[in-house]
Amino acid sequence: MGNEYYRIALVGNPNTGKSTLFNALTGLRQHTGNWAGKTVSLAQGSVDFKNKTFQLIDLPGTYSLFSNSKDEEVARNYIAFEKPDVTLVVLDATSLERNFNLALQVMEMTTNVIICINLIDIAEKQGIEIHEKRLMNLMGVPVLKISARNKLGFPMLLDTIDRIVNGDIKCQSFQLKYPEEIEKKILKIEQQIHEIIGDTVSARWVALRILDGDESLINEITKQFKLRGDY
Amino acid sequence: MTRTKIIKLVDGEKGDIIKITALLLDGVMRRRLLDLGFVNGAFVEVAQKSPLGDPIAFRVSRTTIALRKEESGKIEGELIINGE
Repeated sequence: MGNEYYRIALVGNPNTGKSTLFNALTGLRQHTGNWAGKTVSLAQGSVDFKNKTFQLIDLPGTYSLFSNSKDEEVARNYIAFEKPDVTLVVLDATSLERNFNLALQVMEMTTNVIICINLIDIAEKQGIEIHEKRLMNLMGVPVLKISARNKLGFPMLLDTIDRIVNGDIKCQSFQLKYPEEIEKKILKIEQQIHEIIGDTVSARWVALRILDGDESLINEITKQFKLRGDY
Repeated sequence: MTRTKIIKLVDGEKGDIIKITALLLDGVMRRRLLDLGFVNGAFVEVAQKSPLGDPIAFRVSRTTIALRKEESGKIEGELIINGE
């Protein structure tokens, strides 16, 4: 009997150890380097856990998903349109403020998210203490501390992925609340957007992007719908 | 009374630490700078100036990022520590 098969996307700022985590989990010798923008195409590898196969996709490292560059577009399109079963957001424990920016962007797009706070060994050496349980309560998704380099926290990570795809853990869909003026505008167009695109992509997220004047996303949606032939 | 001095990042000298108070730009570049950590209240250190003064490297959120004067001239902040 074949294993059940799930797609797990890895996303994170440059230099947060995404590729290190990817290699450690899959055993692949994907090249890792200490410079930004190194991951250009999508590396894939798999890891077996219990009776499942997790197909890991290493997305390019980005600070944002708002398509200022090809890398960001690749990462955004994968999460929005390829719809991975789970998205792992890999954060640098020593620079959480900026890193959470990306985590929040991902959480606006998709629900099944695990936040992996990596480089925890380095953070602890610097005297940084991270209360992952409190973060978990605030965010409504699993928050795990790991060290990809030292392979710390892997059993917990794999188990958490397993429990999400099984439906044993329900991630809460997270919504940043915007100023009233913006919320009103979202409300005004969200329903119409939903009628056009259905459940393929979060209508609220698309509404926000349209309000932000993100033409590249509108073009991409048109392209995706043409490809699928249901537009 | 201490007087707070508001300067533009482009006018910072090496070693200065500036607390950002305003980003005077819009659109994609504003978003980009916010994503990189140039947000209100963030502390930015002037890390290095190139010989002709452009671009300038800034230390923000534990990463060094170089900006052209087109951008650094549109970011304002309070001079917290004078590096000189």
